Amino acid sequence: MNTAEAQATHSHLGAPEAQSLEMLRVQDLHAFYGESHILHGVNFDVKRGELVTLLGRNGAGRSTTLKSIMNMVGRRSGSIVINGNETLRMKPHHIPRLGIGYCPEERGIFASLDVHENLLLPPTVRSDGMSLDEIYAMFPNLYERRKSPGTRLSGGEQQMLAMARILRTGARLLLLDEITEGLAPVIVQKLGEVLEQLKARGMTIVLVEQNFRFAAPLADRHFVMEHGQIVEEISAAELPSRREHLNSMLGV
Amino acid sequence: MMMIFGVPMAVLMGQLTLGLVNGAFYALLSLGLAVIFGLLKIVNFAHGAQYMLGAFAALLGFRYLGINYWLALILVPLVVGCFGMLMERFLLRRIAHLDHLYGLLLTFGLALIFEGTLVNIFGVSGARYSAPEALQGGMNLGFMFLPVYRGWVLVAALAMCFFTWFMIERTRLGAYLRAGTENSQLMQAFGVNVPLLITLTYGFGVGLAAFAGVLAAPLYPVSPTMGSSLLIVVFAVVVIGGMGSILGAIITGLSMGIIEGLTKVYYPEAANTVIFLVMILVLLLRPAGLFGKEA
Repeated sequence: MNTAEAQATHSHLGAPEAQSLEMLRVQDLHAFYGESHILHGVNFDVKRGELVTLLGRNGAGRSTTLKSIMNMVGRRSGSIVINGNETLRMKPHHIPRLGIGYCPEERGIFASLDVHENLLLPPTVRSDGMSLDEIYAMFPNLYERRKSPGTRLSGGEQQMLAMARILRTGARLLLLDEITEGLAPVIVQKLGEVLEQLKARGMTIVLVEQNFRFAAPLADRHFVMEHGQIVEEISAAELPSRREHLNSMLGV
Repeated sequence: MMMIFGVPMAVLMGQLTLGLVNGAFYALLSLGLAVIFGLLKIVNFAHGAQYMLGAFAALLGFRYLGINYWLALILVPLVVGCFGMLMERFLLRRIAHLDHLYGLLLTFGLALIFEGTLVNIFGVSGARYSAPEALQGGMNLGFMFLPVYRGWVLVAALAMCFFTWFMIERTRLGAYLRAGTENSQLMQAFGVNVPLLITLTYGFGVGLAAFAGVLAAPLYPVSPTMGSSLLIVVFAVVVIGGMGSILGAIITGLSMGIIEGLTKVYYPEAANTVIFLVMILVLLLRPAGLFGKEA
């Protein structure tokens, strides 16, 4: 057993059984931007090692849900329990230290930092993150372009970089917002492979996705959002029989 | 004697040196302003007062505590920088969520309070602070006579500029600062304590101003108003250079000093306005500044 596994097992033993299974529990989450009320009581949970998607039309509140978990919106109420810790009263910069990696929709690559600096920017939150060698092996393009300014990369490369830099931090729960948006099919396929590998490593992933064909084969469960609420939960097993219903809800 | 465009070489070199020394102060001060503006988005109108506080701290530290120049050069920026951090923590942070104009007004008001208080106590005439003996006198370089202290100011200011550039462009903390300047909310989402970063950055910018103040104390009369007159020129320098770049602030500061020096030689009447003329030209031709990024 290597040290990373030993640590993981150790932390499992230390926590009560219910907590060790559950990575994230969101209950009755309301969120506001100034006067506008965006989330109206969101409820869902994610088990350790699961990959779930948040589906829905634009404006349904999927990105806001991720931002609320990171405490990046104006005001929140309800409950967000991460790894057994209630985070609603936590300062924004303490939340990632619970082992969360957030990849924003706009990717957030810094123009004044080169690729390597972008990669090294987020502080490590756990000791067992991927090494630079592993990351450059997973994304060889980034190694070739490590001296370029972050925003000189292609869209696909920027997305790889946005993913890669949260993998280095040792985060075990990844919140990924629209990572395939606007990318070429070959890049989308590569991202799918990356997600498979991360799942195999035991990462827990919440995926906000527009591209349902990309998300369907990867996810264990799907949550459908509408008007700032989760209106439906569909497991991977139920998916084939519910597909048409889902398509009509998402308007595709 | 050698003449250049009808001016004796020694006079020209003397004015160039003066210009470079002035430019070094412009560079140090505009550098601090740029660093503060980058992360806090506040135009720090208290910068001149903080420079003045640096000079005063050196003067009073010597007079009442016997702190010598060299010690002051290290201690004063730290003390005034800490004072700046308190200003940020207890005043600027409270209005950080408002329009940045309020920050400008608050720092302007604080500058007036600092100046007014010191004018009340010490008057406006200014006091002398002597350079340490090792830096007094001058050197004959053959083509010109160089006052040792002015040479030292140039070296020290450039070293501090380089140190700042290195910290910001080549270290991890500097990468936090650059990234925070672009998108501080995302930095929080990575687990970086952005409020602390902001406090430290403001403290650092203020410390730079105080460092310049200590350097200036033996050159100019130490008076409560010494900062406000300088700050106007420094703002012009910042507008010319643009807010975007650290290196830009340094280069613009030095070159504006040189331009001012040359104007003193060839057309003294315009020496005090030439920087503002350059500013108007730059605003017309390249509004974002010479080194600024176009919005």
